[in-house]
Amino acid sequence: MVLYNLPFIAAGLLMAFGIAAMLLRRNLIKMIMGLSLVEAGVNLLLVSLGYRAGGIAPIFTNAPRDLMVMPTVQAMTLTNIVIGIATTALLLSFVMVIYRRYGSAEADVVRRLRG
Amino acid sequence: MSMSKIVRAAACVLLPFILVFGFYIVMHGHLTPGGGFQGGAVIATGFVLLMAAFSYDSITARLSKSSLTGGETLGLLLFIVTAAVALGLGGTFFGNWLANSGAIFGTPVAFGANPGNLNTAGVIPIMNLAVGIEVLGGLSVILLYMLSGVHEEVA
Amino acid sequence: MIVPSLLLQHAPALLLAVPMLGAFATPLLGRLGSGIRNAWAVLAMLCTLLIAVVLATEVLATGTIVYAFGAAAPHLSVPLDSGGIPIRIIFTVDAMSAFMALFASIVGFAVLLYSLKSQSRNSGQDGYYALLLLLTVGILGMVCTGDLFNFFVFLEINSLAGAALVAYRVDKGVAVEAGLKYAVLSTLGGLLVLFAIALLYGQYDALNIAMIASRMQFTLLDKVALVMLVVALAMKAGAVPMHFWTPDAYSMAPSAVTAFLVVASQASLYGIFRVVFSLYGLALDCLTVGWVLIILGVLSMFVGVTMAIPQKDVKRLMAYHAVSQTGYMLLGVGVGVAVLGNQDLLTAYGRIAMEGGIFHIINHAMYKGLLFLTAGAIFYRTGTRNLNKLGGLGHSMKWTMVFFMIGALAIAGIPPFNGFASKLMIYESVFLFNPLLSIIAMVVSILTLASFVKVFHSIFMGPKLPEYADVREVPAPMLIGMGILALFVILFGIFPQQVVDLLITPAAAALIDQGGYIASILGGA
Repeated sequence: MVLYNLPFIAAGLLMAFGIAAMLLRRNLIKMIMGLSLVEAGVNLLLVSLGYRAGGIAPIFTNAPRDLMVMPTVQAMTLTNIVIGIATTALLLSFVMVIYRRYGSAEADVVRRLRG
Repeated sequence: MSMSKIVRAAACVLLPFILVFGFYIVMHGHLTPGGGFQGGAVIATGFVLLMAAFSYDSITARLSKSSLTGGETLGLLLFIVTAAVALGLGGTFFGNWLANSGAIFGTPVAFGANPGNLNTAGVIPIMNLAVGIEVLGGLSVILLYMLSGVHEEVA
Repeated sequence: MIVPSLLLQHAPALLLAVPMLGAFATPLLGRLGSGIRNAWAVLAMLCTLLIAVVLATEVLATGTIVYAFGAAAPHLSVPLDSGGIPIRIIFTVDAMSAFMALFASIVGFAVLLYSLKSQSRNSGQDGYYALLLLLTVGILGMVCTGDLFNFFVFLEINSLAGAALVAYRVDKGVAVEAGLKYAVLSTLGGLLVLFAIALLYGQYDALNIAMIASRMQFTLLDKVALVMLVVALAMKAGAVPMHFWTPDAYSMAPSAVTAFLVVASQASLYGIFRVVFSLYGLALDCLTVGWVLIILGVLSMFVGVTMAIPQKDVKRLMAYHAVSQTGYMLLGVGVGVAVLGNQDLLTAYGRIAMEGGIFHIINHAMYKGLLFLTAGAIFYRTGTRNLNKLGGLGHSMKWTMVFFMIGALAIAGIPPFNGFASKLMIYESVFLFNPLLSIIAMVVSILTLASFVKVFHSIFMGPKLPEYADVREVPAPMLIGMGILALFVILFGIFPQQVVDLLITPAAAALIDQGGYIASILGGA
C-alpha cells in the first residue's frame, strides 16, 4: 500500500520543497528552480494517476488487447512540460535583464517597486 | 571563445547523427513515443552542441536569428493551415482529413500487434513535422538570444 | 445580413484560429514593412471581433453552441461508439461565454487601434502585436472552452503573453521586475490549477467540465480542488489578499496593454464563476462558498480603494481602483452563490445581484480600459505619471480630459454612465441580502469619487505649466481607441435596461442553469 502510494507522496514532497525554496531563497534563480520543482511535482502526480499495475505502454500497434496505462495524463504531462520550458525560458530571460540593469539577482536588491 | 580542436571536431562528427535521430523522432511521432516537440528539442540540442563548441559569432554567421524565427513562423502556419483545411472539406477544425483516404499518410491502420506503418495516421505526421520545425526554430532562437546576453537593450 | 454558413457553423473554432493565425503571421509580415504588419494586425483583430459578434448573436438566438474539435460534425460531442463519454476537446459556448468573448474582442480592438500610435516609437513591435493577438487567443480560449485541461493551457497562454507584454518596455529593468513578479505568480497559480485538475481527473476520469459536473460527489478531494482553483484564479483576477502583483504589473505595462490586462484578469474571474456554478453547482455548500466570495469581494473593495488614495503614480492609483472594482463583481456574484440553493431568495434578489456583478464586469472593462488609455495618452505627451509633476493639461489635451472625465464619473458610479447602472443593481439586491454590505459598497464608491476628483484636479486643472507648453492632443488612432470605449460607457449608461435584457440576463441564467450546461454536452436532461 505504501509502495503504491509512494509516487503520490513523492509528488507532494517535491511540491512542498519547491514552494519552500520559492519562499525561503532570496536568489531569483533559486526561486525559479523552486518553481520548476513544483512543476515536476505536478507532473509526477499526473503520470502516477495514469499508472495501472502491470500496464504496458499505450501504443496501439504493439499489443492493443493487454492492460495499458492511461495515455491521457501522459499527454497532459507532456503539454505541461512544454509550457514549463516556455515559462522557465521567459523567467530566466527576465532575470538576465534584471541582472544586467540592477547588477544583482538577489530578491532583497530587486525591490524598486513599492507602495 | 571557441573550445579546443578535439571538441570542435567531435561536435562536427556528432551533429549529423543528432540531426538524423531528431528527424527520426519527428517522423515516427505517430508510431512510437516521441513526436514534434521531442524531435525538435533533440535537433535543437545539436545546435547547442555547436554553440558550445564554436564561438557565438561563427554560429550566427552561418545561422541567422531571422532564418530561425522564419522557420518557427512557417511551422506554426503549416500547423494551423493543416487544421483549417479540414473546414473546407466539410469536417471540423483539426479534423483528420487525410486518414484512411489512401493518399499520403492515408493507409488504414492494421489491427493487432504489428511493427507499425509510417504511411498512416493522416494529418498527425504533418502536424508533428510542423511542430518539429516550430520547436527547432523556437528553442534554437531562445538559446541564441540567451547566449548573446540581454537582447532587449532598447527601453 | 446573410452570414455564410461555413462561418456560422465553425464560429467557435474560427474565433480562436483567426487571432492565432494573425499572431503567427505577424513576425513574417513585419519583414515587409511596419505598415503592412499593422494593417494585418488590425485586420485579424477586426475579423475576430466580427466572428465574436456572429457567435454571440447565434448563441443568444439558439442557445448554447457546442463545438467538438476534429469530429465529423461540430455538434458530435458524444460519439455513438464512445459509450456516452465525451471525447475530444469540446468548446461549450453558452450565453456567459459569448458575452465575455464579445466584450473581450471589443476592448481588444480598441486597444489595438490605440497601440498603432502609442507604440510607434518603440522597437520590437513585431513581437508586441504578436503577443497582443496571442493574449486575445488566451482570453477567448479561457472563456469558450468546455474542457478543464484546455482551460489550463489557455490560462498559461494568457499568463505568458501577459507577462511578456508587461516587461515589454524594459524601463531600466523596473518593468521587467514587474513582469517577473507577474510571471512567477501566474505560473504558480497555473500549477495549482493543474494540480486541482489532476485531483478531479483522478476521481472522475474526465476532463470535460460537463462530464465532471454530472459525476460530482463533493468528496474531500473535491473540496481541496475547489479551494485550489478559487485561490489560484482569484490571484490571477487580482482580488485581495492576493492582489500585490496588480499595481506593479498594471503600472509598469504600456497603457494599452494594461487596458487589456484588465480583461485578462476578468477572464480568470470568469474561471471562478464557471468553476463554482457549472463545475460544482448545487453540490457546493453554497452559503459558505458564497460568503467566501463576498468576503473576498468586500476586502478587495475596501483595501483597494484605501490603498489607492495616497498613490502618487496615476497608473498605480488606477490599478488599486481596479482591485477595488473587482470586489464589486465578487460581491454581486457571491450573493448569487450564497442563495443558489434557495429558489425564492434567488428570484427575490439573487439573480439581480448576479446580473449586477456580471454587468459590472463589462462596465469595468470599458471604463477602466478607457481610464488606462487616457493615462497612457498623458504619459505619451508628457513622459511622466507622477501626479505631483502634472498639471494644467486641460488647456491643451481637451479630448483626453473629456474621456478621462467620462471614465472617472463612470467608475465612481455617477449617472448617466454605465458604472451607475451596474452599481445600482448591486446596491439594491445586496441590501436585501445584508444591508451592511450594501453600505460598505456605497462608501467605497464615494471614496472612489473623492480619489478621482483629486486626480482630475491635479492633472487637468490649474494654470498651464511652462514645462508642458508644447504639449498637444494625442494622434487620431489613440483618440479613436479611447472614443470606442467612451461610446460604450455612455451607451451602456443611457440604455442599461436594454443591455441587461439582451446580454446580461441570458448570461446569468446560463451560469445558474447547471443542468442545461451538462445537457448541452451529454444530451438529455
